[in-house]
Amino acid sequence: MTTGALSGLSVLELGSMIAAPYCAKLLADLGAEVVKVEPPGLGDPARRRGPFPGDVPHLERSALFLYLNTSKRGITLDLESETGRRILRELASRVDLLIEDRPPGELERAGLGHARLSERNPRLITLSITPFGQSGPYRDYRCHPLNLYHAAGYSSPFHVPGAAGGRPPPKAGGYLGEYDAGLSAAIGAMAAVLGRAASGRGQHVDVSKQEAMMCMERVDIGRLTNDPDPQPRRMVGGLTRAKDGYLMVTPLEKHQWESLIRAMGEPEWSKADWCKEEAGRLEHAAEAKQHIDEWAANLTRDEIYHLCQREGTPAGPVRNVAEVRAWEQAKARGFFAEIEHPEAGAQVYPSAPYRFSKTPWAGSPAPLLGQHNQEVYCDGLGYSREDLARLAAAGVI
Amino acid sequence: MRDTDGSQGPLSGIRVADFTWAWAGPQGTLLLGMLGAEVIKIESHARLDHARVHSLTAGAVRGGYDESPLFNDLNLGKLSIALDLRKEEARDLARRLVARSDVVTQNMRPGVLDRLGLGYQDLRAVKPDIIMLSSSAVGATGPEASYAGYAPTFACMSGAVEITGYPDQPPSPLSGAVDLRVGTTAAFAVLAALHHRERTGEGQNIDLSSTEVMSSMIGEAFLEYSVCGRLPQRSGNRDGAMAPHNCYRCKGEEQWLSIAVGSEAEWGALRAVIGDPELGGDAFADPAARWRNQERLDGILERWTRERDPREAMEILQRAGVAAMVVHTGASIGKDPHVRARGVFERVIHPRIGEKAVVRPPWRLEGVRVRRAAPLIGEHTEYVLEEILGLSRQEIDRLAEAGVLR
Repeated sequence: MTTGALSGLSVLELGSMIAAPYCAKLLADLGAEVVKVEPPGLGDPARRRGPFPGDVPHLERSALFLYLNTSKRGITLDLESETGRRILRELASRVDLLIEDRPPGELERAGLGHARLSERNPRLITLSITPFGQSGPYRDYRCHPLNLYHAAGYSSPFHVPGAAGGRPPPKAGGYLGEYDAGLSAAIGAMAAVLGRAASGRGQHVDVSKQEAMMCMERVDIGRLTNDPDPQPRRMVGGLTRAKDGYLMVTPLEKHQWESLIRAMGEPEWSKADWCKEEAGRLEHAAEAKQHIDEWAANLTRDEIYHLCQREGTPAGPVRNVAEVRAWEQAKARGFFAEIEHPEAGAQVYPSAPYRFSKTPWAGSPAPLLGQHNQEVYCDGLGYSREDLARLAAAGVI
Repeated sequence: MRDTDGSQGPLSGIRVADFTWAWAGPQGTLLLGMLGAEVIKIESHARLDHARVHSLTAGAVRGGYDESPLFNDLNLGKLSIALDLRKEEARDLARRLVARSDVVTQNMRPGVLDRLGLGYQDLRAVKPDIIMLSSSAVGATGPEASYAGYAPTFACMSGAVEITGYPDQPPSPLSGAVDLRVGTTAAFAVLAALHHRERTGEGQNIDLSSTEVMSSMIGEAFLEYSVCGRLPQRSGNRDGAMAPHNCYRCKGEEQWLSIAVGSEAEWGALRAVIGDPELGGDAFADPAARWRNQERLDGILERWTRERDPREAMEILQRAGVAAMVVHTGASIGKDPHVRARGVFERVIHPRIGEKAVVRPPWRLEGVRVRRAAPLIGEHTEYVLEEILGLSRQEIDRLAEAGVLR
């Protein structure tokens, strides 16, 4: 075990797909001892979701699962069986934190709710991550990531009627909303852990993904809610097209605008009066954009990026994942880490966006389905090898 | 400063000396404050937090710098001390405040605070177990460490923008939430460091890259490239496997409903509600067929949604067991019955801009709440100097006259 910032914190994860597993991954990558509990045979649906190498489904080779479950140990346990539920109660009696994402009420009905589990372990913190939280009229609504993305107001800030050619507002690429919920939940988990030092008691933390997402979009949601007449959206610069792709330029402050003009070689048009003040630049934003577009069209993204940045204007190329991987800055910082996985081989993973000076990030591969059954059940709970064989034969693990 | 109602949050007793500005940094300390930390924002008239005066996407903020709705949302619950850090006496006061704090946060360009004698090494000298979190566009090390960025630039550089939008249109820049993701990540990192300090007594320095935050949140796209050797593409609202998976136009102007089907049970339920015999054909017989023919499928579903109000359509479909949700593209989210029943909006009274609705903290956790409105600039200067640093009235007056406290 590594000595990370969260060493000594023990976590049980009953999570599937993205948000709850990501929450647990954030803790595991920092040294928490996370045991992921998966249904026997099938495992976390993310294992079946892919993408897979060569598009051939394989429980141990799903890119989604591999990323979201690094640094965890994995066990299988059938919570449909009474024996399985009893074993889960045993496991929960020994951990600091249970992370779960079952539909509200399901664990209670199975005798695995927070109240029941905390009888044996009053210090237990249960973190529930669900689309709409544990109460309210949508509590039991069905929801996939797409539904939640748009129901949380994420498409509001950029929804301009007709801008997508009459098509609906698009979602962000990947599963951004789910990651947002997992990240927010990780804060709730750590806060409950830190708060427990004073109170000595655990608690049930209810995280609604929708609320976590609304909190992430709080500024625009607040703007739309409070202001019947919000300021029109307009900006100087924006997305422009360079010779080899798109690039973002954001000369917000006066000195940034001036440095952009220097980067552009102080063209004649930039001496006009409207360029001198922000109000004028905003009023002539379309004109300014046209000049920037014309200039950018003859240069590459990287040429513009370095030119602008050296003068002092924030600019950033639109990059695909291969280009991010090849980026010198990311390499110099060691942002990507190669992790060897017994089935999926050596793959390149984003590590973590933070560098702790004393407790470095140390990711290890995602568990195979049931990989740590023996370690957890025998070494941890004291079951014998024969018990284990019996449980396996009965389909409990 | 004690809570007026005495309730303690999980971070009660933790003090944060907060040098952050704009959006990303303040979101991180906003969350720490909601959890009960005392967050003291160190700011200055000489270098205004630009959320007090500017919006990247709307220009100059209306009203004065105490009236910015952006600032007042991102700085709820914090205290403010005005210090002109160009003056040595102000820097000395800042160091003394750090000596009585647990955490320091900042998001100036790498090197700026070091030049002011307020870098990690300087602060560790006055508070050996200090936790310091610095966030920047691309991190504090590496050849581009001095480069600047805002949410739109680092979202582009992370790989997230390239895969957002419609395939036949330019990539779609993400919203200001990108900054808040950076701040939220920072808050998590600080909590982890506090956990480590509690166990070992050891503080540390944390270097956070905003671009890396966004790359981490599309991690599976990097794994797809590594595992499959394939570059993920923009695909609007479509999914790699599920169909239908889109937003559908409803009755009214710009009213949409999202529908996503992930199982045969959901498909069966959807078919039963829509009732269009075409859905029973070979073209939609299995998930792969539905995925191949999804454009046609979308057309059939939209014929049904167009005749209905999105809320009514959502309720019908949900009752049948279909994942369908209203799409909130504006102020409608404030009127959503579930959002209202959960009390997601709180009302906060600010002395200059009056009562505003704000989104409450995202965790139902004891002692977590919005503690007070955002501070006026320098509103708590005297409190901090007198109560925390123990300065006398005369000394405070002298500092004010010398222009240190502005």
